[in-house]
Amino acid sequence: MKPSNEEPYGYYPGCSLEKNALAYNESTSAVANVLGLKFEEVADWNCCGASEYLALDILPAYALISRNLALAASSSGSHSLVAPCSACFLNLSKVDHQMAEVPALASQVNEALAAGGLSYQPGSITIRHLLDVFVNDVGFDRISSLVTHPLYELRVAPYYGCLISRPDYEGVYDSPEYPTGLDHLMTALGAEVVDFPLKTHCCGGHMTQISEPVALELIRRLLQNAHEYDADVIATLCPMCQLNLDVYQEHVNHAFGTNYHIPILYFTQLIGLALGIRAKELGFGREFVSAKRALAKIGKARPAPKKKRKPSKEALPMPQATEVEYR
Amino acid sequence: MKQERIGVYVCHCGSNIAGTVDVGQLSSWAADALEKRGVVVARDYKFMCSSLGQELIKSDIVELSLTRVVVAACSPHLHEKTFRTACQQAGLNPYLMEMVSLREHVAWVHSDKALATQKAKALISGAVERVALHEPLDPISVPIEATTLVVGAGISGIQAALEIADAGQKVVLVEREPSIGGHMAQLDKTFPTLDCSACILTPKMVTVGSHPNINLLTWSEVEAVDGFVGQFTVTIRKKARYVREDVCTGCGICMEKCPSKLIDQVYEAGLGYRSAIYRPFPQAIPKYPVIDKANCIYFQRGKCKACQLFCPTTPNAIDFEQEDQILQLTVGNIILATGYDLFDARRIPQYGYGRLANVFSSLEFERLCNAAGPTEGKILLRDGVSQPESVGIIHCVGSRDRNYNNYCSAICCMQSLKFAHLVKERTGAKVTNFYIDIRTPYKDYDEFYQHVLQEKVEFVRGRVAEVTDAARRPGEEGKLIIQVEDTFIGKQRRIPVDMVILSAGIEPRHDSKEVSRKFGISCNGSGFFTELHPKLDPVATMSKGIFIAGCAQGPKDIPASVVQGAAAAARVLGTIQQKSLDLEPVLAQVIDQKCSGCRICSNLCPFNAIGFDLERQISTINPALCQGCGTCVSACPSHAISGTQFSTEQILAQLHGLLAESFNGNGARTQSPAFSQAELV
Ligand SMILES: Cc1cc2nc3c(=O)[nH]c(=O)nc-3n(C[C@H](O)[C@H](O)[C@H](O)COP(=O)(O)OP(=O)(O)OC[C@H]3O[C@@H](n4cnc5c(N)ncnc54)[C@H](O)[C@@H]3O)c2cc1C
Ligand code: SF4
Ligand code: SF4
Repeated sequence: MKPSNEEPYGYYPGCSLEKNALAYNESTSAVANVLGLKFEEVADWNCCGASEYLALDILPAYALISRNLALAASSSGSHSLVAPCSACFLNLSKVDHQMAEVPALASQVNEALAAGGLSYQPGSITIRHLLDVFVNDVGFDRISSLVTHPLYELRVAPYYGCLISRPDYEGVYDSPEYPTGLDHLMTALGAEVVDFPLKTHCCGGHMTQISEPVALELIRRLLQNAHEYDADVIATLCPMCQLNLDVYQEHVNHAFGTNYHIPILYFTQLIGLALGIRAKELGFGREFVSAKRALAKIGKARPAPKKKRKPSKEALPMPQATEVEYR
Repeated sequence: MKQERIGVYVCHCGSNIAGTVDVGQLSSWAADALEKRGVVVARDYKFMCSSLGQELIKSDIVELSLTRVVVAACSPHLHEKTFRTACQQAGLNPYLMEMVSLREHVAWVHSDKALATQKAKALISGAVERVALHEPLDPISVPIEATTLVVGAGISGIQAALEIADAGQKVVLVEREPSIGGHMAQLDKTFPTLDCSACILTPKMVTVGSHPNINLLTWSEVEAVDGFVGQFTVTIRKKARYVREDVCTGCGICMEKCPSKLIDQVYEAGLGYRSAIYRPFPQAIPKYPVIDKANCIYFQRGKCKACQLFCPTTPNAIDFEQEDQILQLTVGNIILATGYDLFDARRIPQYGYGRLANVFSSLEFERLCNAAGPTEGKILLRDGVSQPESVGIIHCVGSRDRNYNNYCSAICCMQSLKFAHLVKERTGAKVTNFYIDIRTPYKDYDEFYQHVLQEKVEFVRGRVAEVTDAARRPGEEGKLIIQVEDTFIGKQRRIPVDMVILSAGIEPRHDSKEVSRKFGISCNGSGFFTELHPKLDPVATMSKGIFIAGCAQGPKDIPASVVQGAAAAARVLGTIQQKSLDLEPVLAQVIDQKCSGCRICSNLCPFNAIGFDLERQISTINPALCQGCGTCVSACPSHAISGTQFSTEQILAQLHGLLAESFNGNGARTQSPAFSQAELV
């Protein structure tokens, strides 16, 4: 649900955005300023428990997560809660969804919340990922109308990761298996988007801490694929994905004898660049794999449309593309 | 007012009703408790619908001089006619009988016997109050016009038209494309016998084209339908062909010379080309081409006329001045055989259709195989040159999948097996089929499957996760990789192939809901036309005189489509032979003095039965179209519409009786729901 003009979005940054994903936080607020998006941080929020806590004990994990929902719902300003981190988003929306589905769970969770003088009625706020806000509220037209420094000739691999579109509780993605919202967003910035087949595959998550070889193989596949598609950068929307692909890129190169050098950037950083915001304000420079070389590629002028190779006389026509519609 | 003499008959329906309702107590209760309200006899019996059961009712009517009857048994959908006839045979007007649905509304939906019996009492009490206010009615008789309209000339419509025409009756066959034939004309070989589709279809097409009893209108569509069974008035738009049928010889020179070439999305399934002036395939019936105005250079830019220049006939067959014709015809019955659309595989983007060149849809593959298709029957990759060395065939694309269609498309298993065989036979490539179940019922179908197994086609059971060109291991480069969980070994597999064929499902026509509204019939949730009864009346509809056949009713193969076409024809011929038809007198009637002419009712009627008398400024109800559903009766703000058998007085009386006997204790149980840890992680 799009908040009315005056109503700000509730904002849940999550732990990552205060540490390893500072660049995400910085670029989000810089871009929000230009677009006039109002994000109001939930006061006294706590960790969402990431992916581990849920596997240990449901009730305390749900109580921990729902405390944030309760706080967000009671701070009068907003009916929505936006999480830029995919894991936070999934945890928050899962708890909201399950509390609505299983009333017995909701009452036990609320019993726990009551100890802190809180309560939460499932469904009372809409939980949204930051990408959804850009795609469905701001919209591609508005963004492209504000672009001052188009990302011409920058080849971007749009990487959604595995947490935000499946399950698609709110039905906001055009296809949960193969979404295209981020693709269209990057196109709106003037970038050249590669059809990234692994766009919703897993980055390994916390596997780096449990079984590094497994994690490195998952990361390698993503890098290999982006490399084969000649991507200059991978655009991400999740601190975990960014960290794995960025920090462990060196490990992958070492382990597999490869030589990848693909900067992993938050999509908000790329939006910021295109809107003419200074790179420093967008957290550039914090990445391990430097984006300098890739960004230098950005062309000044719209590239001449590539001459479509004339299909040979024998070639059969491709199925005609239909435009994907956004809900 | 004279007291009616009412008989109440409670049926056990074997144990269907008696298992859940105390039928003995029910009948003795009715005899005692409802005596004051006119019940003079109440009986229960094992099978009321049996001839002995009917005898009970008939002899009571005669001997006890019953004036009203209540039968508490199954749904009136099933046996209302039986009991009405019984009453009539005993000299009682059939409409003085009322049914209570004890089986469907009570026994099958409840388990607590005491509460169920209580509910049954309430329903019988309501029926007794209501039946007292029933009035004797006489059926309405309408004459049947002998001509039949068949809409859609795929194999099912063709079959229906031929059956009727061969029986000596006139048929108007309307097809929206330039030629008849439907999907069957696009296919190469047909399972399970692998006979060539065109070879078995074209003789029928030729017969249709020359049949003296068939008025064939191609490149035409039905715009409006008025009237009712026996006397439908249909308005048909015959689109301008811009080719004079009286002079065109069908030589085809114009199509060759036309400079405007475009992809043929219909007949060639997007895999081949046609010109702006075209006839979809050489054996088209009729043979005359049409000019597709939107793609014609002359119509769009005012210059060209190459077709006219080269047309060898005198006078010239090309006529740019032709205009659409509007025809109005009267027909007695209508058969809808509008067929299906193929599921658009682009809706499952992870399968790569439209993105990855060598992913083909099933209809594309039919065109590839077809000697008259774009590759002259050679199975080639999208480059039009190379032959695949390995092919993956994915079943159930868009079917049996709650994200798209829950239903089984019925033909894709056999069609996929057919493809596997054709690939093997023509290329020797390695073929792997990816399936979730193999469904091969019907004559000779499983034998076909066994045969394909013998051909060393591989089968992997599992729903394919994705088709990708992202190579991960050596050997995958340049291939399409099919990622699937092989559920027999419980392992993820990646199978690299050169070509992927998606066995896309069968969907209702994109405009099936619109068409159903136009003809006043209904669709199921998916959009397939709804039959009157799924088992016992599969080709009739709720609207009398309108029949359905083929894939428009639901997914099916050619034999089943032909059977339905013939069945619909038999039903139509039956009514034509009767010359007139008796209609239910259960109707809505406008009380002229009360009608304010607001017309609220006319938009609500699901059967388009309400018209407007401009002179008197009141609504009028067409008795032959009205199905007595009662929607307008309840909607009219002036209470100006009354339903025979559904008057306000009758409904209120029924409610009165029902509430008088309303039961104690609501039976709702409270239960604390449990939840499992595992589901919530
Ligand atoms: C890839 C594939 C392979 C198949 N292979 C086989 C096989 O080997 N053996 C087999 O038995 N079955 C096969 N089938 C199934 C077969 O195609 C159908 O059973 C059969 O074609 C159904 O015929 P129909 O007349 O019901 O519908 P259709 O063939 O769809 O015909 C409907 C006709 O109605 C026309 N129409 C639609 N709407 C309107 C309108 N509003 N007004 C006027 N005209 C209209 C259409 O233009 C069309 O001509 C296959 C199906 C597919 C997809
Ligand atoms: S060239 Fe003339 S005669 Fe020949 S098919 Fe075309 S319109 Fe008919
Ligand atoms: S006038 Fe139209 S149909 Fe005729 S040749 Fe030219 S483009 Fe083709």
